[in-house]
Amino acid sequence: MNQINLIAAADICTHHGVEYTFINSLSEAGLIKIKVVKKSTYIPEPELQRLEKMIRMHQDLEINIAGIEAIIHLLERVEQMQEEMRLLRNRLS
Amino acid sequence: MAFIDYYQVLGVDKKASEKDIKAAYRKLARKYHPDLNPNDAEAHKKFQQLNEANEVLSDPEKRKKYDQYGENWQHGAEYEQARQQQQRQQQAGGFGGGQQGDFEGFGGDDFSDFFQSMFGGGGGAGARGGRQAKFRGQDYNAELRLSLKEAAETHKQTLTVNGKNIRITIPAGVENGQNIKIAGHGGPGTNGAPAGDLYITFIVEDDPRFKRNGKDLFANVKLDLYTAVLGGEVTIDTLGSKVKIKVKPETQNGTKVKLKGKGMPVYKKENQFGDLYVTYDIQVPTNLTDKQKKLFGQIRDEVKE
Repeated sequence: MNQINLIAAADICTHHGVEYTFINSLSEAGLIKIKVVKKSTYIPEPELQRLEKMIRMHQDLEINIAGIEAIIHLLERVEQMQEEMRLLRNRLS
Repeated sequence: MAFIDYYQVLGVDKKASEKDIKAAYRKLARKYHPDLNPNDAEAHKKFQQLNEANEVLSDPEKRKKYDQYGENWQHGAEYEQARQQQQRQQQAGGFGGGQQGDFEGFGGDDFSDFFQSMFGGGGGAGARGGRQAKFRGQDYNAELRLSLKEAAETHKQTLTVNGKNIRITIPAGVENGQNIKIAGHGGPGTNGAPAGDLYITFIVEDDPRFKRNGKDLFANVKLDLYTAVLGGEVTIDTLGSKVKIKVKPETQNGTKVKLKGKGMPVYKKENQFGDLYVTYDIQVPTNLTDKQKKLFGQIRDEVKE
């Protein structure tokens, strides 16, 4: 079985200076997965990159959760389209 | 080393207040932030310039120094001092250019030479305000060039990333522009946080002999008129070797032949290969002798009858 490291949400909050409610709201919006073990919240390591991206959007760019949600969906489409463009470009060359 | 007009970078007036600068930075950052511009090197570069301008103009001390020396910065005493300091830092290893070789972190924390000579090395890494501050280590991006032939074989390659050698296996069949992730080989995390990842983008060079479409290869092969008319054999280059194939009599120009399994290997599917499609390009003979012309004439007359 594959082991997945969990990172305490509290550590991430301290490091980035974000409120726990922010992480909770992202989870409620379905934007990240969290894991609760013995009443403490953890973030699975593979989610960390995504979470930190959203923290940056929030802190650096002052984007609220609704905005982040919209952006994440648009970014997924952008990435899909970039992949499609890559395949089409390869076919053309 | 060129002077950089930080006011112009942020699009603000020289008299701009701290608030104006912050607002201008935020506005432009929303446009060029790397998180909002995936795989866009141009936007990343712009964002880096923005950060540098913001680093200087949002810091009253740096801004004062910058305003004071302006375009004559090289004559300032501070310049000399900064230069010496920079040299010391470089000797001490500094934090300047952490990445090596082909590797470039997209976070792009390295500021310009202009910045470094005015304010000393290491700009960015210790930037104020926790910009780009990460718990998880930074992701690195690298490009690896392969010929089409190399892309058709699984091979191991050793890369040097930040002084560490890592051995990677490149599976056969990678496509141009394809990205693979080597987990945990990016920058180190802080306080025991996980390291970032290394992303490798493959640039598969064009091969003059073949066109590629995914797993299939396409080639044009010249065929002399006589073989096309009478049938025979032709030798065809495949990626790894050569094969001889039979040509049917009366083969038309533009006829396509499929050589099963002579295309590219299918990515991560062992022993599965695409096909090679060969299109015949029939060559009409030139510089015919009188005798040859006469013979062609005979054929023509025969056909007419």
